[in-house]
Amino acid sequence: MNPINYLYLAALLFTIGAAGVLIRRNAIVLFMCVELMLNACNLAFVAFSRLHGNLDGQIIAFFTMVVAAAEVVVGLAIIVTIFRTRHTASVDDASLMKL
Amino acid sequence: MTSVAAVHTLWTMADGAAGSPLAPDGPGRIPAPHIEYAQLAPTLIVLGAAVLAVIVEAFWPRRGRYYAQVLLSVVALAAAFAAVIGLAAGGFGTTKAQIAAMGALAVDGPALFLQGTILLVSLIAVFTFAERRLDPAAHGRPVDSFAAQGAAVPGGEAEKAAVKAGFTTTEVFPLALFAIGGMLVFPAANDLLTLFVALEVFSLPLYILCALARRQRLLSQESAVKYFLLGAFSSAFLLFGVALLYGYAGTVTYAGIAEVVSDGAKQIDPALADTMGNDALLLIGGALVVMGLLFKVGAVPFHMWTPDVYQGAPTPVTGFMAAATKVAAFGALLRLLYVALPGLRWDWRPVMWGVAILTMLAGAVIALTQTDVKRLLAYSSIAHAGFILAGVIATSKDGISSVLFYLLAYSFVTLGAFAVVTLVRDAGGEATQLSKWAGLGRRSPLVAAVFAVFLLAFAGIPLTSGFAGKFAVFKAAAESGAGWLVVIGVLSSAVAAFFYIRVIVLMFFNEPKADGPTVAVPSPLTMTAIAVGVVVTLVLGVAPQYFLDLAGQAGVFVR
Repeated sequence: MNPINYLYLAALLFTIGAAGVLIRRNAIVLFMCVELMLNACNLAFVAFSRLHGNLDGQIIAFFTMVVAAAEVVVGLAIIVTIFRTRHTASVDDASLMKL
Repeated sequence: MTSVAAVHTLWTMADGAAGSPLAPDGPGRIPAPHIEYAQLAPTLIVLGAAVLAVIVEAFWPRRGRYYAQVLLSVVALAAAFAAVIGLAAGGFGTTKAQIAAMGALAVDGPALFLQGTILLVSLIAVFTFAERRLDPAAHGRPVDSFAAQGAAVPGGEAEKAAVKAGFTTTEVFPLALFAIGGMLVFPAANDLLTLFVALEVFSLPLYILCALARRQRLLSQESAVKYFLLGAFSSAFLLFGVALLYGYAGTVTYAGIAEVVSDGAKQIDPALADTMGNDALLLIGGALVVMGLLFKVGAVPFHMWTPDVYQGAPTPVTGFMAAATKVAAFGALLRLLYVALPGLRWDWRPVMWGVAILTMLAGAVIALTQTDVKRLLAYSSIAHAGFILAGVIATSKDGISSVLFYLLAYSFVTLGAFAVVTLVRDAGGEATQLSKWAGLGRRSPLVAAVFAVFLLAFAGIPLTSGFAGKFAVFKAAAESGAGWLVVIGVLSSAVAAFFYIRVIVLMFFNEPKADGPTVAVPSPLTMTAIAVGVVVTLVLGVAPQYFLDLAGQAGVFVR
């Protein structure tokens, strides 16, 4: 199969993730969409790595996974804190500060 | 599109088979990387101290933990700063500039200058973190600006118990050290992977620090959620940009990308013609990476998070974030644009023109309508990001050194200004409503005068560091032919000057209100922070030549 197709898939996943961040209202779902974007990046890295025939892209994918895991730790902690305070994870309700 | 032919032989041949690229040195013979520990000492000291601080946090008795953490942070930052000075004195900033750690990090003039700036600013910021005299003591124990227990629900039983037990969040010190470590790597990152990892290493602790305010915890948590979601969103864009640039160049090192950009399609493997040297990948990838960096510097249109996060975060954290993050992010932006993408400057300069103009105008104009001191300073920081971008656009040696100087000047002013904000308090904590600051100059002339000095420096009045910095940046931009940009920059400085002067008028020429805020008497820690801010502001304003020369010497990137 042509590895270029994986790039199209990566771009599609990235777009779905980005659109999800903009459209959805639940902080957890937003966060999952960000993770989808990161995974789309991983797919692109691995596909490019195969195209170029060097291992850099695969190594970067591992780094991205570790970073994404660290982000989950911090992100879920923050979202859980705000959920316990407000009993909702909707980002629309977090509007104490206005322009 | 060619399908199978595009697949490199590395993946189709068995390991060790004749003709396989893996055959000469198989997996068992990977050469050990060569790390120049001495040249990386500043970063290693700070990150080592951060790990040590985590251990202190786990094992040190609670009674003395605060002192141990403050001492460890201060010693580590001072030692790292001494290491930077040692490297600069050893010529690593000029003649011996080199790329260390197998191409991952640059040790050169801009990197050392910005690392020195970040370390000094962080040292002062740690002083404001450690301040324990501003809030009235709770149950006989001094408290700092951070929540007794970050996980406790605001106003709940757990929080009351934590306050009664005298808990303090000493975790802020290791978190700050990790953030500082990431910030030291960020402007020195010489490949895109290091850039991304450094970005996350300094961002993640900042997200947590934002959520830890002692007062107004709802605002604080809200700012952390906003900062986290938008920060993660923007770093995902940055990472996709890295992926596309990797697809374009087949490497993530800056030098390798610059080579492919400048050589064009000359030496490209025909099998890779679909991706390597594909301009669409280069342009989109470059744009996405730059977007991620512009988010961190708070440039319009990626500035939406700035006012909310600056307002909600604990004020010492805001000062640290506003000063040090901006230094680190502009350093990374400069290196990316000047080392990796100089061959693309005819494409990125017009975009940066537009971003700089929008940033200067939007920052200055929206700041006019603000009624909260912290939000006002946030919009002012956006306007300043625009001024610094004018220096970035210059694409000359003067451009680099003027940006370095501006960052040095701006970071101390910002830190000092936010330190003053922590002093003006009423029953609910800090009185950040601008209307409450009316007549402050009558009640506390010294504090108001110090704040006025910082505001004048923000406005760029002569004899303050702000003037020297703005002059250097606009001069560099004008010499590179960006005349119109300079005109707009000066006009928006004039708009910005209006609201800075308005605050000064409010403080000195209005009658104080009966129920106005009081000015808390801080410990020597915050006094030192503010005094250093004032001294640096005045010295850089009155006698900037030495520091301009220093920035001038440092203004060459190693390639």
